Amino acid sequence: MQKVKEVLNRHGNSKDNLIQVMLELQNLSGTNSLPHEWVEFVAVELDMPLSRVYSVITFYSMFGTEPRGKYVVEVCKSAPCHVTGAGSLLAMLEKELQVKPGQTTEDGVFTLIQSACFGACDISPAIKIGDKVYGNLTPEKLSHIVNTYREVQ
Amino acid sequence: MEMINVTIDGIAVEVEKNTTILEAAKKLNINIPTLCFMKGVNEPGSCRVCVVEVEGWRGLHPACVTKVSEGLVVKTSTGTVREARKNILELIMSNHNRECLSCSRNLRCELQTLCNDNGIDRLPYNGKVEKGCIDTSGPIVRDPNKCVLCGRCVSVCSKIQDVGVIDYAYRGAHMTVTTAYEEGLAGHDCINCGQCIKACPVGALSERDDTAKVWKALENQDLHVVVQTAPAVRVALGEEFGYAPGTNVEGKMVTALRRLGFDRVFDTNFSADLTIIEEGNELLDRIKNGGKLPMITSCSPGWIKFCEHNYHDFLENLSTCKSPQQMFGAVAKSYYPIKADVDPKNVFVVSVMPCTAKKYEADREEMQVDGLKDIDAVITTRELARMIRQAGIKFNELEDGKRDSILGAYSGAGTIFGNTGGVMEAALRTVADKLTGKSLDAIDYTAVRGLAGIKEATVSIAGMDIKVAVANGTGNASKLLDRVKSGEAGYHFIEVMGCEGGCINGGGQPIIKDKNTTDEVKAARIKGLYDIDKACVTRKSHENPEIQKLYAEYLGEAGDHLAHKLLHTHYIAR
Repeated sequence: MQKVKEVLNRHGNSKDNLIQVMLELQNLSGTNSLPHEWVEFVAVELDMPLSRVYSVITFYSMFGTEPRGKYVVEVCKSAPCHVTGAGSLLAMLEKELQVKPGQTTEDGVFTLIQSACFGACDISPAIKIGDKVYGNLTPEKLSHIVNTYREVQ
Repeated sequence: MEMINVTIDGIAVEVEKNTTILEAAKKLNINIPTLCFMKGVNEPGSCRVCVVEVEGWRGLHPACVTKVSEGLVVKTSTGTVREARKNILELIMSNHNRECLSCSRNLRCELQTLCNDNGIDRLPYNGKVEKGCIDTSGPIVRDPNKCVLCGRCVSVCSKIQDVGVIDYAYRGAHMTVTTAYEEGLAGHDCINCGQCIKACPVGALSERDDTAKVWKALENQDLHVVVQTAPAVRVALGEEFGYAPGTNVEGKMVTALRRLGFDRVFDTNFSADLTIIEEGNELLDRIKNGGKLPMITSCSPGWIKFCEHNYHDFLENLSTCKSPQQMFGAVAKSYYPIKADVDPKNVFVVSVMPCTAKKYEADREEMQVDGLKDIDAVITTRELARMIRQAGIKFNELEDGKRDSILGAYSGAGTIFGNTGGVMEAALRTVADKLTGKSLDAIDYTAVRGLAGIKEATVSIAGMDIKVAVANGTGNASKLLDRVKSGEAGYHFIEVMGCEGGCINGGGQPIIKDKNTTDEVKAARIKGLYDIDKACVTRKSHENPEIQKLYAEYLGEAGDHLAHKLLHTHYIAR
């Protein structure tokens, strides 16, 4: 818990910084997610009901409550991406990665999820891999991008 | 106060600045429908059922949170408004489990009324999101598939009760109200107060139905089934049968219970008197012998669990007395069987309570004596009404019945246990007589009465100043204890009831459908109890003849070994 304490202290033990705290903790976790006991610790330290903290971390798809792969692949499910072909991107990813949304590939590299709009409607259909946004996609282009991540491994 | 002129549906009205359109319309007897709105508690303006048109403004606006301004012209029932409301309701219904006929809230459901009043004659949309399983882990049952996401339970749980065990999770179509990690309520800090049930407009929250258990016991010829009814039940049960809030229906209730088949009809008021003897004795003992002060009452199981979770420093301050419900059970399975010549093992004790936390309390492991559970089944006021209807009893036509002896006599003091300040007042009536050695006539302690969240008083008795405080609603209890903890305030004796207004507003009481009248209903139920108190032959617990007999024949002195074994308990830091 020392790690968690340090992060909290750096952010002044303030409720206002909950999201920043959680992002840093997730990066420190090694599982690309927020361990249950860390979340409980943060709730106690910030004097927030655990249900409220859980509310925040389930609202944002960038947070995981279960261990996730090294890269989280987020397919936008909002309307603009939907009409420009997000469905075919998702189908292609499911086939390529052999997982359904919410699942992690066997090698632990990718977790596929669907997420709310991340503001890339101008280049829809768009996806996110980790922090990076990719737009104006077709299944072919995306397949190429995913492969570059694979090759790095 | 600055006044503002507005016109609503063609009628001019002058209202104070900062009035909402909803409130201004109410002045004109125009009823704008609402769903998520609970004044002062939940005002997110999110359900949009209350939308209205405002001249010169674009779009539709929620009346519940839109403040009036000078010259505003509002229309509450144009074609556009009616169409929008219908559409909103159709969408809410699209993801609502519509099994109305088998729902515990059928005929008392706000959404049902809204649909009925707003011309919903078809349900064109069919949502497909499943929100998860029904939580039956504790006395409070949650069905997320009936939830309409109004947020009223969330607000009451966190803002009024300071518990915060439920909140929204996820977003968009997947949004749901749940506990952290979707574990059942029983695995969390839920205090089982049931205030969420009372806030819920639909049947997404309800109490665990224990009526089947009671029916089964009533049909078992080997069992001797006795029933106790809490003070607050008699002034609220009538609401289920069309009586005005606060009407005392004790007589009809007694007759109804007999018709249901209970072998003896007793009263929790009796054991409330018993509680006062033990608790008063404990208080005097703590004051005289340097015990831990302030002493805090322990009758409210919601409050007790709240304290066990959040205020470990105060566990020793809690009176060791069991609550009246549990004291009744302990006596009904020890003293009563001797007097009635029945086997204690065959005595089945049913409680009718205004409270959902009483179901939890009855199941606590320490609430048993010599292997016999004090209480075998707990039903709420609402569940009793259900049983009476199911049995085909015409409640309103019943003759008044009388309580059975020997656990049925009560004083006015035992009666007012059902409202905030009542336990304090009852205790003071007895403590004052004990300290002065006289039978005092001035026994109305009005300073501790009323609906204020926290009440304080200093009472001079026999040259001694006793400082007391009363909190109702666990949120107010938090505030009070924080002040005690910081040294800002000091008392000898504190009464805490887990629900606002006390047991009369408990989580098991009849649902108040119009949430705008909650305070009036609370006040009426409280008045009902004080009216009974005034009419009682004796208004002090220690003058209850059946209590005197119980001590003389069986218990000995208050706080003695046997009384301790039967009537006292301990608490656990959770």
